[in-house]
Amino acid sequence: MSKLLGYRRYRPRTQPAYDYPPYASTAKRHPTRPLVIAPQTLSEITGPVFGYDDVKPTDHDLTRQHKGEPIGERIIVSGRVLDESGRPVPHTLVEVWQANAAGRYLHKTDRHDAPLDPNFSGAGRTLSDAKGRYRFVTVRPGEYPWRNHYNAWRPAHIHFSLFGRAFLTRLVTQMYFPGDPLLRLDPMYMSIPEDKARRRLVSQFDLENTVPEHALAYRFDIVLRGHAATPMEHP
Amino acid sequence: MPIASGSQTVGPYLHIGLAWLNTDRIARPGVKGERVVIQGRLLDGDGGGVGDGLVEIWQANAAGKYAHPEDRQKKPLQKGFCGFGRIPTDARGRFRFSTVKPGRVPGPAGKLQAPHLSVTVFMRGLLKQLSTRIYFPGDPTNAEDPVLKRVPAGRRATLVAKRKARGVLEWNIVLQGKNETVFFDF
Repeated sequence: MSKLLGYRRYRPRTQPAYDYPPYASTAKRHPTRPLVIAPQTLSEITGPVFGYDDVKPTDHDLTRQHKGEPIGERIIVSGRVLDESGRPVPHTLVEVWQANAAGRYLHKTDRHDAPLDPNFSGAGRTLSDAKGRYRFVTVRPGEYPWRNHYNAWRPAHIHFSLFGRAFLTRLVTQMYFPGDPLLRLDPMYMSIPEDKARRRLVSQFDLENTVPEHALAYRFDIVLRGHAATPMEHP
Repeated sequence: MPIASGSQTVGPYLHIGLAWLNTDRIARPGVKGERVVIQGRLLDGDGGGVGDGLVEIWQANAAGKYAHPEDRQKKPLQKGFCGFGRIPTDARGRFRFSTVKPGRVPGPAGKLQAPHLSVTVFMRGLLKQLSTRIYFPGDPTNAEDPVLKRVPAGRRATLVAKRKARGVLEWNIVLQGKNETVFFDF
């Protein structure tokens, strides 16, 4: 018998509900039956492993993907990928996407009346290092309107996608900026019930990592599901 | 102890960041196993196709081994088979991928599981991903599968693909209504 380490369940009120009326699109896109609670098996505690062959060394710099530099305020976004025990999650894939400085996405369905930037695609990716650290260079994304309710605006944000060690540690989230007055008005941010958990998604100004005469920096640590205290029995 | 980061929706522009890794051919030619194409639709509460969704697949190889260090079974791994797929839905909510049928992998208390694929679903309007599984029609081991057994008998059929043609299976993801797909909390 070898023992497999399972993962603890998320603490209550730290994750959004599927049915969340303030975010109108959840109405027809949430399951109406309760989830079926199931045992974690080898299928859930394994997951795809990516390597340094999968990402190019320049993929983390969103300001160097075109001939010229993008318009906007250049920023550095860095942090660590951790688990709930505070241990680093090394060598895991981190994918990001975002609007340009004017609040416009390079996407055919984005009809917001703001200019596209020929020097900005808004996508990047990297692997965390042995200590779980990652770093992106980009421009600060703009806020933009959406049609969820009257005069609705999304706070500035960067989308993050992570895998972690297992298929069940998969996480897609968004990083916000400190002091943004739109946060309290944003159904997506507010969908996380507990205030402390919500604030985990707000990056912090990071003087230490600013580059003088070049770029301000923001720190954003991401915490994935951690191992349970007791191992599960397996053959 | 740090609080886990909360999930947020992928939103409507997910493909900007995620399309580079789209993979609808999970098993390349030469990978051992019974070839299968799985196709279906992602349907919302009105029965309409979700045109901006994304399905991710994770599976073992035909021998029942995952390409992952936690899988310590003494079974062969074939180079070039990772077991991961990422498939966007088209404008009508359709998705389709090709792979090999996985072998049986261990489950709780030493019992083997029936062959299955793990599925994660993302879309605008979904604040947190959904997890489900695809099982194979007519597989006699489905009856003893420890995860399928947790599902009320009347809803199990939502997790079993239907045979459409030789080597082609159909499996739909129904978010709401009579045939609502079973989603798991692992």
